Amino acid sequence: MKKKQSIASDHRRGWSISRRGFLASAGTGAVAMAVSGRIFASPMGNKETAEMAPDVLSKITLHVNGHPHDLLVEPRWTLLHVLRETLGLTGTKEGCGRGECGACTVLINDIPRYACLTLAVEAEGAAVTTVEGLLDGETLGPVQSAFVEEDAFQCGYCTPGQIMSVEGLLRKNPDPSMDEIRMAVSGNLCRCGAYSHIFKAAASAAKNRRK
Amino acid sequence: MAKDSTSIYYTEGLPVPETPAAGKAPKPWEQTDVIGKPWPRVDAYERVSGTAVYPSDILLPGMLYGAILTCPHPHARVRRVDTATAETMPGVRAVVGPETREADLPWSYRNVKSKIFPPVCRFEGEPVAAVAAETPFQAWDAARAIQVEYEILPHVSDERRALDANAPKIHDGGNKVKTETYSRGDVSKGFADADVVLEQHYRTEAELHTPLELHGCVANWDGDELTLWESTQGVYAVQSRVAETLGLPLAKVRVVGHYVGGGFGSKLRTSRYSIIAAVLARRSARPVKLFLPREETYLSMGNRPPSNMTLKAGVKKDGTLTALAFTCLGTGGAFPAGGTSLVDWQIRDLYRCPNISTECTDVYINAGPARPFRAPGHPQGSWALEQMMDALAEAIGMDPVALRLKNIPTVSQGRQGSPPYTTTGLEPCLTEGARQFGWAEARRSLGAAQHKGPIRRGVGMAASVWIVGGGGPPSTVIVKLFADGSANLNMGASDIGTGTKTIMAMVVAEELGLKPEMIRIEHADTGTTQYATPSGGSKTVPTEAPAVRDAAVQVKRQVLEMAADEMGLPVDDLAYEGAAVASRSRPDRRVPITGIEGLRKRGVVVGVGHRDPNPEGKSINPFCVQFCEVEVNTQTGEMRILRFLSANESGRVMNRMSFDSQVIGGITMGIGLAATEMRILDTEQTGKLVNRNWHDYKLPTALDVPADITSAPVEMPDAEANTTGAKGLGEPVTIPTAAAVANAVYHATGIRVTESPIHPLRLCSLLEQQTKEG
Ligand code: FES
Ligand code: FES
Repeated sequence: MKKKQSIASDHRRGWSISRRGFLASAGTGAVAMAVSGRIFASPMGNKETAEMAPDVLSKITLHVNGHPHDLLVEPRWTLLHVLRETLGLTGTKEGCGRGECGACTVLINDIPRYACLTLAVEAEGAAVTTVEGLLDGETLGPVQSAFVEEDAFQCGYCTPGQIMSVEGLLRKNPDPSMDEIRMAVSGNLCRCGAYSHIFKAAASAAKNRRK
Repeated sequence: MAKDSTSIYYTEGLPVPETPAAGKAPKPWEQTDVIGKPWPRVDAYERVSGTAVYPSDILLPGMLYGAILTCPHPHARVRRVDTATAETMPGVRAVVGPETREADLPWSYRNVKSKIFPPVCRFEGEPVAAVAAETPFQAWDAARAIQVEYEILPHVSDERRALDANAPKIHDGGNKVKTETYSRGDVSKGFADADVVLEQHYRTEAELHTPLELHGCVANWDGDELTLWESTQGVYAVQSRVAETLGLPLAKVRVVGHYVGGGFGSKLRTSRYSIIAAVLARRSARPVKLFLPREETYLSMGNRPPSNMTLKAGVKKDGTLTALAFTCLGTGGAFPAGGTSLVDWQIRDLYRCPNISTECTDVYINAGPARPFRAPGHPQGSWALEQMMDALAEAIGMDPVALRLKNIPTVSQGRQGSPPYTTTGLEPCLTEGARQFGWAEARRSLGAAQHKGPIRRGVGMAASVWIVGGGGPPSTVIVKLFADGSANLNMGASDIGTGTKTIMAMVVAEELGLKPEMIRIEHADTGTTQYATPSGGSKTVPTEAPAVRDAAVQVKRQVLEMAADEMGLPVDDLAYEGAAVASRSRPDRRVPITGIEGLRKRGVVVGVGHRDPNPEGKSINPFCVQFCEVEVNTQTGEMRILRFLSANESGRVMNRMSFDSQVIGGITMGIGLAATEMRILDTEQTGKLVNRNWHDYKLPTALDVPADITSAPVEMPDAEANTTGAKGLGEPVTIPTAAAVANAVYHATGIRVTESPIHPLRLCSLLEQQTKEG
C-alpha cells in the first residue's frame, strides 16, 4: 500500500504537511472522527490509523476513460464527487448520492457501479469509464446512438447512467434477452418514464454492436 | 458557411407554406414535410454524450458549495441558533441564519407571509441556517455543527384530523384554507330520475415529484448583478421572484436554465434555496453551488396532495348520467398551496351530465407545501370518477366504453356559459382506442369470471379531459436568418424534457424549408432570450409554436420584400420556396436566398413573432383514453401490468417521436400513483416524513412497467385553437392511468381497490376479505 500524503483543511490554498506532522500538531482533536476501511489498514500502527481528520488529503491516481489523473482527495470523497467537481466530467450525474437511482453509474473494470457509493480512493488502480468515455472523438458510441434513435430519454438526466448500465450489460452479454435488459437497468430510475424506449434502445444497441 | 443549398434545405420539389400578407395570420398547414414526422431531438447529442450542461453541472472558478440546515420537526419555534463553531470550521466562507441580517428577508406562500429563515417552522424542512464552504463535505460538516434550540410545538399531520376541535392550530386563523363549491342543475332531482344510484368513498395518497436532477442553483455576483443557473421550468418566473425578494431591478438578475433534469411541476415555483444561494454568494464574494440533498427535496419541494373523495352517481338503464355529487378533503400542507385544486374537474367536465354538485375543502397540516404535479388534481378526480363509471356500467349491464360513449359532451359544461370545445376527440379516442387495443375481445376472454386459478387477468380503461392545454399569450420569439440560409431561434421557454426545442426547430424548418439541424436554438435565459411563461400546464407547444411560426413568417416577409426590390417585381408576385424566392408569373425569375443582396449586406434578417390570443367563447382541451391489461397473483397480491394503450387527441401531432415518449412517460408516472407511490407521515408520533428516499418511496422501475405501451394518436389538427393546430399532451397522458389500472384489477379479481396504491399488502387483505365474504 502506498504511503499517503496529507494536507490539512484547505486544499485550495495548497499548503501541505505530512500526515505524521499533521497528526502531531492537530492531535486527535475535536473534529477527528473514526474511519475504517481498507486504505487505512496500513502497517503503520494503530495509534496513527485509528483517527484522522475528515479533510486530510491523500494522493491517488485515478484511471478515467483511459487517462491517469494524479489527485489529492479526502478519503471520504466519493468517486462521483471527484469525477464531477474535480475532473469536470459532469456527464455522470447525481440523483440521490446514496445508491438508489443509478444516475451516477460508471463502469469500474467494465462492471456498472454507483459512483456515489464508491470512494475515490477505492477506485484507485481500476479502469473507470464514464459516459464521456464512450465517445470516439465527437462520434457517439453504439449505445449512445441507439438512445438517440429510439428517443430513450426525455429530460436526459438519468440517461448517462442508463447508458452505462446498458454498456456494462453488453460488454458482458452481447445478446441479452428482454428480461436481462430489464434487470440490467432496474437499478436506474427514470422519473420521466422512458423505460420502454430504453429497452428498445438496449436491444438495438446489442444488435448494432454485433454487426 | 453552409456550402450548397442541398445541405441545408429539405425542400427539393416540396412546397413551404404560403407566406401570408402583412397583418394576416398564416393559414393552417395542410400538407407538412417536417411537422408530424418522428424527428430525433435536436439536443440528443448533448444529452447522451454527457456534454449537456445542466445547472447542477456548472463549475465556476472559485466556486463554493452551500448547505442548508433545516428544521427536523414538523412544527417548532426556533429559539436560538448558535453558529459560532460552524464559522471557524475548515473551509467555511459564509454562514447565514436568523441572527444575521438575511434573517429578515421575506418569503410567502400566496397570501401568507413568512421569512426565508422563519422564527416558527411549520413543516419539516424549513430553512434554519445556511453555510458556504470550499467543498460540499466541509459545508455539511459546518451545517451539522450549528447548534439550534427548538421549542417543539404540537403538530397535525393527517388532513383528516386537521379540523378536529383539539387539533393544534397551524396558523392564527385555524387549519381551514377554504371550502369551494360548484353546482349546476338539480342534483336531488337527478338522483330521483336515476335507475341506479351508487355512492363510494375513494382516497389517493400524496405523491412526491422527485425529478432526477436535484433542486438547486449556482449563484454568482458581478458587483450588483446576480446570475443564477437554476434547474427550473421557467427562468422568467425565477427572475421576478428573486428580484422582488432581494429588491433588485429585473435587469440585474439573469437566470439561465438551458437544461433541466425533470420537474413535473415541482420546478415551476421559485424556492428559498435560490435566495439563500444568492446571499451566501454575496457574503463570500464567491460563486456558490447549492443543490438540496435528495431527502430535503422530499420534504420541501412539493407534492401531489392526498385526496379523500366521496362520489355519488346516478344513471338511467340506458346509460344516461343523471347526477353526480362529489366531495373532497385535501391538503396543500402548511401553507396555501392548492390542496384540492382541480380535483373536481373530471366530474364537472368530462361527461354530459345536467346535475352536478362538488364541494372541496382544503386544510393545513404540518407538512411541506404542495406544488403543481403533472395535471394537478386530475388523476385524483379520475381515480374516483372513472372507477365509478366502471361500477355504474356493471350495475346496468353495459360495457364501460359504451357507457362513456353514451355521455359525450360537445361543450365544456364545467365552465361558465358552457363554451363549445374547439375540437373534442373524446369519442374517437374511445372508439379508436378500443379497436386498437382489442377491447371487446379482451373483455370477453379475460376477467374474474373466466379464470379459476390463482393468476387472474383483466382489462380496464379510463377516459379524461385536461382543463387547459390550449396555451396562450404572452410569448415573444425571435428567428434570425443568417446570410448562408441557416437560422437561429431564440426563445425564453424551457425544454423540460418534453422535446420543446425540437418541435420549435421543426416549426422553423417547416416554414423556411430548412433542415431542422440547420437551426441553432438559444433558450431559457433571461439575459439573452425573450419572455416566456414557465413550461407547465401542457401549454408550452401550443403557446410557443404559433409564436415561432409567426417569427418565421416575419423573416419570410422581409426576405420577400428585399427580393422584390432587387428583382424589380411586386412582392405579391413572389413566393418563398425555401432555397429560393421565385416569381409566380415568370417562373424563370428566381433568386436563391443566399443570393439576396439585402440579406448579405445586413448579415441577418430578424423576425419577431408573438402569440396571438385564443378564440373567444371557445374551450381548448386535449382528451385521453387509456386501456390496460393486468395480471394479479391472488396468492401473493402481486399485480403486473402487461400492456397499455393510450389514445390521445391533442390536436396536431407535432413530432411523432417525442409524442410517443410523452405518452409512455405519462403512463409510467400514472403507474406510480396506481401501484407504488405513497408519502408516509408519522402522524401518530413525530409527524416526520418516514419515507424520504427512493428506497422507501418507490418509483416505478424498469421491472414495474410493461414493455408493451402503445401510443395511438387521434390526430385532429385544431384550426381554431392556434396557427399550428397543436394542443397540450404532457399532462393528459397521466390523468386516466391509475383509474384504468384499478378497473383492470377489478375485472381480473372482482375487487374494487378504492384507495391508492394497489400494492401487494393492500391486495392481500382485500383478497382475504373477499374469500371470507365468499
Ligand atoms: S446518485 Fe448514485 S445511485 Fe443515486
Ligand atoms: S429521462 Fe428524465 S429521468 Fe430519465
